[in-house]
Amino acid sequence: MLDYLISGISLGSVYAIIALGYTMVYGIAKMLNFAHGDIIMIGGYAAFCTGYYLHWPVWLAVLFAVVVCTVLGVVIEKLAYKPLRNATSLAVLITAIGVSYFLQNVALLIWTSNPKAFPNMLSFIPYVNIGRIQITGTALGTVVTCIVVMVALTLFTDKTKMGKAMRTVSEDKGAASLMGINVNGTISLTFAIGSGLAAIAGVLLCSAYPTLMPTTGAMPGIKAFTAAVFGGIGSIPGAMIGGILLGVIEIFAKAYISTQLSDAIVFAVLIIVLIVKPTGLLGKKITEKV
Amino acid sequence: MGNTILKVNDLHVHYGSIHAIQGISFEVNEGEIVTLIGANGAGKSTSLNTVAGLLKASSGTIDFDGKSLLGVPAHKIVGRGMALCPEGRRVFLQLTVQENLEMGAFTRKQSEIADSIEAVYEQFPRLKERYKQIAGTLSGGEQQMLAMGRALMSKPKLIMLDEPSMGLAPILVDQIFDIIKELHKSGTTILLVEQNAQKALSIADRAYVLETGRIVNSGTGQALLHDDSVRKAYLGG
Repeated sequence: MLDYLISGISLGSVYAIIALGYTMVYGIAKMLNFAHGDIIMIGGYAAFCTGYYLHWPVWLAVLFAVVVCTVLGVVIEKLAYKPLRNATSLAVLITAIGVSYFLQNVALLIWTSNPKAFPNMLSFIPYVNIGRIQITGTALGTVVTCIVVMVALTLFTDKTKMGKAMRTVSEDKGAASLMGINVNGTISLTFAIGSGLAAIAGVLLCSAYPTLMPTTGAMPGIKAFTAAVFGGIGSIPGAMIGGILLGVIEIFAKAYISTQLSDAIVFAVLIIVLIVKPTGLLGKKITEKV
Repeated sequence: MGNTILKVNDLHVHYGSIHAIQGISFEVNEGEIVTLIGANGAGKSTSLNTVAGLLKASSGTIDFDGKSLLGVPAHKIVGRGMALCPEGRRVFLQLTVQENLEMGAFTRKQSEIADSIEAVYEQFPRLKERYKQIAGTLSGGEQQMLAMGRALMSKPKLIMLDEPSMGLAPILVDQIFDIIKELHKSGTTILLVEQNAQKALSIADRAYVLETGRIVNSGTGQALLHDDSVRKAYLGG
């Protein structure tokens, strides 16, 4: 029982980090970046190639993956989304789906569809015993990373000048530019942060589930998107809570109900939450007084 | 009167296929209050938004402080000393009062802004009482004060106020106009857009009357207050 809870929280932490990327991009740029899951996959391959083939130390391989994904995220935004800044949200959504397939197919060309066995990059972390329960180093590393990321992001958006500028851009781009805030630059920064997080998520995900394929990011991407909606899209703690709950529900469903049905159960819970609370668990109520 | 700080010449602006501004020219001198009055849709806000860089001019020139503003993006204009307090206030509803003010000083050094925040609080004591409150919970009048305070935080040479009295109760309208007069006294140059022509003209040094994208009349505030055509059209006879 507790074992399941721990692996649920661990899986949920990965979803949470991916969901943070989704939620930040949605919160600032008001778009769903459906290619976010595939950036995870690219991050996985970047870490795999440098860490496994080139034998780079783990920290360097992870750093390399973060840099690759950050640059990739910014470039995608510039080339694919920025020209559509004033287009309908449907056009942007379709473009994002296109980018997603594009990344998957590029990965297919470079790395073929043969799965790669991803080395556990968190194996250097020792396991911990609490009473009779053993927590693996991978689970521990994943959860700690998730907490650090969330605290750092919260501090960044609440306390720093750039973070506050992001919140103004999220609310009113025109008024933000009247303050002297470079709206395009701020959106780029958001994509950079979100994509950098995706790289970290990629390494964590592949360390726990060591099969790396061009489609590796797709399903976790969709689930993390679900987690973001579940927690209230646009909300940082919401993404965190949504991600962890989703992970726990998924593992429990697999353990006690049915492995095949676990995904269906996860999405069923999402539907119920949205019926009861359409803005998600921590969704923002807009307080506006005129 | 001081030197010309803002000079707009033969400005044209299109909204898609609508020719919203059809060749207007006006200027603002240092230390003046200049007002643009006119009916809804005459192009008053469009003019201000174009000057502030939010809209693109189709042709014409805009010179501010001796330099052209054409093609300069909105976020680079603030740093040159021009602030727009936009129509509908547009304060950041999810940020606190103090954070809104900090954002107003985005282009300035962090070390310089504490004094400016104190100065704004002195001018608007209500904001000081509510400095930790989320701006979305403020009343309309308080939001207007916050929007003006936020614009002042950039230490502008010229502040443009777009419909500052819109949607406010009469007593608050008087209060806002008192504040505008005070700002003027302290030496701030003001370009004011108002539907409340009576009030605007009574405090303005000079005024321009806009009708469907063209300037149809101009003069001192007092002269226009007593002008027959202006009285008929905008001051209820």
